[in-house]
Amino acid sequence: MATVELLFSALPEHVRTARLVAAAVARRAGVDEAVLDEVRLAVGEACSRAVGLHVSHGIGSPVRVVLTEDEKKFSIEVADDAPHAVVVEATAGARAGSVGAGSGAAVPAAEEGAEGEDDMGLAVISGLVDDVEVSADETGGHIRMSWPTTPAPALS
Amino acid sequence: MDLSLSTETVGDRTVVRVGGEIDVYTAPKLREQLVELVNDGSYHLVVDMEGVDFLDSTGLGVLVGGLKRVRAHEGSLRLVCNQERILKIFRITGLTKVFPIHTSVEDAVQATD
Repeated sequence: MATVELLFSALPEHVRTARLVAAAVARRAGVDEAVLDEVRLAVGEACSRAVGLHVSHGIGSPVRVVLTEDEKKFSIEVADDAPHAVVVEATAGARAGSVGAGSGAAVPAAEEGAEGEDDMGLAVISGLVDDVEVSADETGGHIRMSWPTTPAPALS
Repeated sequence: MDLSLSTETVGDRTVVRVGGEIDVYTAPKLREQLVELVNDGSYHLVVDMEGVDFLDSTGLGVLVGGLKRVRAHEGSLRLVCNQERILKIFRITGLTKVFPIHTSVEDAVQATD
């Protein structure tokens, strides 16, 4: 079960809220402080992309962000409802040293009518996050990312 | 936090000081500012990012758009940034090769290459 689930109307002004919530939950889950900036940026990129897809497809449903904490990792899944003509799939391990590697190998740009910014968002995510998976079909797309957590000291 | 923008002319350069968060919501304001400056004939821009707390790919897109506009007039767009977390975004997108990035406004204003 998700630790925190967030649904927000596909409007740019709510992306910041998603970033703040994700960072707060990640911190509580034990994600290293030094990595929280990456979490914030990656979830922001994924949500901005989802908002853009909903707006460009005229989709009224909300963007979905699922934050899950388990023993060893903290996961974020950002889901959109935009129909994707081509399946985009990229799995991780692909820490891109540069944008060339990130956008070329790890994340094929397969959005229909994709703007450069959309590709750049995915390039940023694949450059930032070691464990990332992008998938899409005719019912929507998902970006799944995870970060290791360090066991929190016992708090009273 | 919202985005704050102010401009100042130093010699033939226009310094744009940016503060706050540049994201999908606020980036259009920065885009408008850059477009307005270029339309008004300011082709040598220095964007001071020292007050920026957050930058995402939408913001990068706006800066690249600004660079394209000034270059159409043989102008320049230089950045001032010392913050590691912001510089990292330029590095992973390869944009450190595209933008001259300076450590101070004085340095950027004097640069001529």
